[in-house]
Amino acid sequence: MTPDTRTVALRDGGLTFELLSAGRGAPLVYFHSFHERGGWSPFLDRLAARHKVYAPFHPGVAGSTGVDALEDLFDLTLAYDELLEAVGLESAHLLGHFFGAMVAAELGAVFPRRARRLVLVSPLGLWRDDAPSTDIVVLPHDDLMRVLWTDPQSPTARQWAMLPENDAENVAAQIESVQRRSAMARFVWPIPDKGICKRLHRIVAPTLVVWGDTDRVNPLSYAEEWQRRIKGAALSVLPGGHMLIHEAPDVVASAVEGFLK
Amino acid sequence: MKICFFHLMPYRFLPEDFEARYRSVWVDVPHSLFDPEKTSGLYHEYLDELQYAEQVGFDGLCVNEHHNNAYGLMPSPNLMAATLTRRTSRAAVVVLGNSLAAYNPPLRVAEEFAMLDLLSRGRLVAGFPVGTSMDTNFAYGINPATLRERYYEAHDLVIQAWTRPEMFSFNGKYTQIRYANIWPQPLQKPHPPVWIPGGGSVETWEWTAKMDYVYCYLSYFGYKRGKATMDGFWDVVGRMGVEDNPNRAGFLQLVCVADTDAEAERLYAEHVHYFYQKCLHVWEGFAEAPGYRTLKTMQAGIRPQVGAEARRIRQSLDWGKYLDAGYVIAGGPETVRQQLTECVQSLRVGHLMVLLQIGSMPKDLTLHNTALFAKEVMPHIRELWPGYKDRWWPSGATRDA
Repeated sequence: MTPDTRTVALRDGGLTFELLSAGRGAPLVYFHSFHERGGWSPFLDRLAARHKVYAPFHPGVAGSTGVDALEDLFDLTLAYDELLEAVGLESAHLLGHFFGAMVAAELGAVFPRRARRLVLVSPLGLWRDDAPSTDIVVLPHDDLMRVLWTDPQSPTARQWAMLPENDAENVAAQIESVQRRSAMARFVWPIPDKGICKRLHRIVAPTLVVWGDTDRVNPLSYAEEWQRRIKGAALSVLPGGHMLIHEAPDVVASAVEGFLK
Repeated sequence: MKICFFHLMPYRFLPEDFEARYRSVWVDVPHSLFDPEKTSGLYHEYLDELQYAEQVGFDGLCVNEHHNNAYGLMPSPNLMAATLTRRTSRAAVVVLGNSLAAYNPPLRVAEEFAMLDLLSRGRLVAGFPVGTSMDTNFAYGINPATLRERYYEAHDLVIQAWTRPEMFSFNGKYTQIRYANIWPQPLQKPHPPVWIPGGGSVETWEWTAKMDYVYCYLSYFGYKRGKATMDGFWDVVGRMGVEDNPNRAGFLQLVCVADTDAEAERLYAEHVHYFYQKCLHVWEGFAEAPGYRTLKTMQAGIRPQVGAEARRIRQSLDWGKYLDAGYVIAGGPETVRQQLTECVQSLRVGHLMVLLQIGSMPKDLTLHNTALFAKEVMPHIRELWPGYKDRWWPSGATRDA
C-alpha cells in the first residue's frame, strides 16, 4: 500500500516532520532505526490492516528537518511529544525498532500517558560491559550485512543492500545513508546508555519486548534486562536476526497484533 | 619562506605481518604490540632529532596530537613542546596542535599554550585542529554531531582568555565558566600566531581566511594530490578578497634526500613502505564517524585520507609509484630541490613542513636525511616568496645569522 505523506511543522518551522500514514483503526506510531530506508515497509503494511499507522521520519532524515536544534535524547523526546500533540494523538500505541524502540521507550517513560501500549523490537539504550551492542552506525558494508541479517544472501537482504547504478543517484544514496546515521548517532554516541534505566520505572503502558533469537547486533541477553526493568513486560523471542521485522514481517506483525488486541 | 621539521613520532616496531593480522593502526591497535622499554628510548631519539633540526638551521619544529595511534606517539604534544623549549633557543615551536574540543574545559589549552609561549620566550605557534575522527570521535568519544560546534566555541573561549583585558564570564553551550581569568598570559601579543591544520573541509577554508589564520594541509599524499585542496583554499581566499600572501598557507611534504636518486631508494624505500603500509593501515569503520564531515563537504566530494578507498590505492604502491604520485619527494639533492620548488610554487605555500623521519626510519638515517636536506636543499628554497611579510610567525623565533 502507498502511505499518505504530509509535513508537520512545529516551532514556527524550526522543526518539521515528514509523516507517513496509512490504514484504519486505533493509532499506532512507528519509530525507525539507523538502517531503514524509505520509511515504509511490508511490516507496516501488515499493521495498517488493523491500525492507523503513523511513521514519522526522524529529524535530519528525508523531509524531516531541525535536528541541529535537538541536543540530546530529552530534546528529541520533547520533539516527538510535540509531534503527537500536533497530529492530535493524545495517546497511541508506540512501536519502534532498535534506535526507534529507544525513542518509543523514552516517550513512554517521560510522558507515560502518551503510550497506550508499547512494543519494543530489539531496543537500544541499555549497556552491558559483557555484551556490548554492535556499533552498527560505523560498520563497513560487508560487516554490516553479516550482523544485520540472518542470511545476507536472502532476497530481502540483497534488495536492501542494492544501491542505484546511476552515479548521481548512487552518490545521493550514500550521502542519505551518512545523514540518516549521523542524525540518529548524535543521540547515542559513543555509548547508547543515556540514563533510560533511571526512567523505565515510569512506564505504565503494557509493554511487549520482541527479539530475534539470532540478533547479532543487540544480544539476546538485553531482552531479559528490558523485561526485568519494565514492570509486567512480556517478551516474545522469534526466529530471526536483527532485521527481524523485515525478515519475517508476517510473524512479527501477528505477534504485535496479538498483543495489541 | 619558512621551513619546519615535522615529527609524527611513529612506533617503529610493528611486526612484519601487521597489516595482514590486525585491522587498524589507529583506535583499536592492540596493546600487545606495544613495548614500553623500546618506546622510552624512542621518545629520546625523536627529541634528539628535533633538537638536531634546530642546530642545522630549520626555522621551526612541529609536533602534533594523536590518540590510540601507533604512528603518532604524542597524545600530548604540549609535553614534547615543553621539553623542546628547554633544549632549543631559536626555532619556532609549532604545536599543530591541540584538538580544542578534546579539552575540558578548553581553557586548559589557553593556559598550557600561554605557558609554552613564556617558556619558549615567544616562539610558540598555536595550532588548533578540529582533530581527526579517529582521535576525537573514536578515541575520545566526542559526539561527531557537535564536534565542530564545540571546536568553534572552544576557540572563542581560548582567544578571549588570551585577549580580554579583565576577568570575564563565558556562558557557552558546551562550556560555562563563571570566572574566566587565566594566569599566566602568553608573551606574544595579542596572542601567539594561530595555524589551523585542516583536512580539506570547505567550512575550514572560509573560517581560516576570515579569521586571518594560517591554513595548513597536513597530507600524507604529497603535493600533487594536495594541489586540489590548496587550490580550494586559495579560491576561497580570492573570493573573499583577502591578500593572497603565501604565508597564509602551510603544507606537509614527505622528503628523502640522498647523494643520488638510486641511493635514496636503497636507503629509504623500506621505511617509506612501512609508513604507507603499516602506519596508514586504518580500518574503514574508523575512517569517519557519521556526522564528522559536514553535508557541504560531503557534497563537495572530498574523500577522507584513510579508509577503504585510500587502502586500495596504497596497497598497490611501490617506490616508483610513491615518487611518481608525489607522495614522497626523494632522490639526490638536485631532484629534491627541483620538486620541492615545484611543490612550494604550485601550492603557494610560505610555511613548508617536511617529514624527514618516516615510518621505521632509525635515528642515524633520520639525522643523515636531515643534514643533507639542511645543507643541499634548504638554502635553495629558503628565499622563495621574497617580498611577502610573514605576519603569522612567532615574534621570538629567529633564523641563524
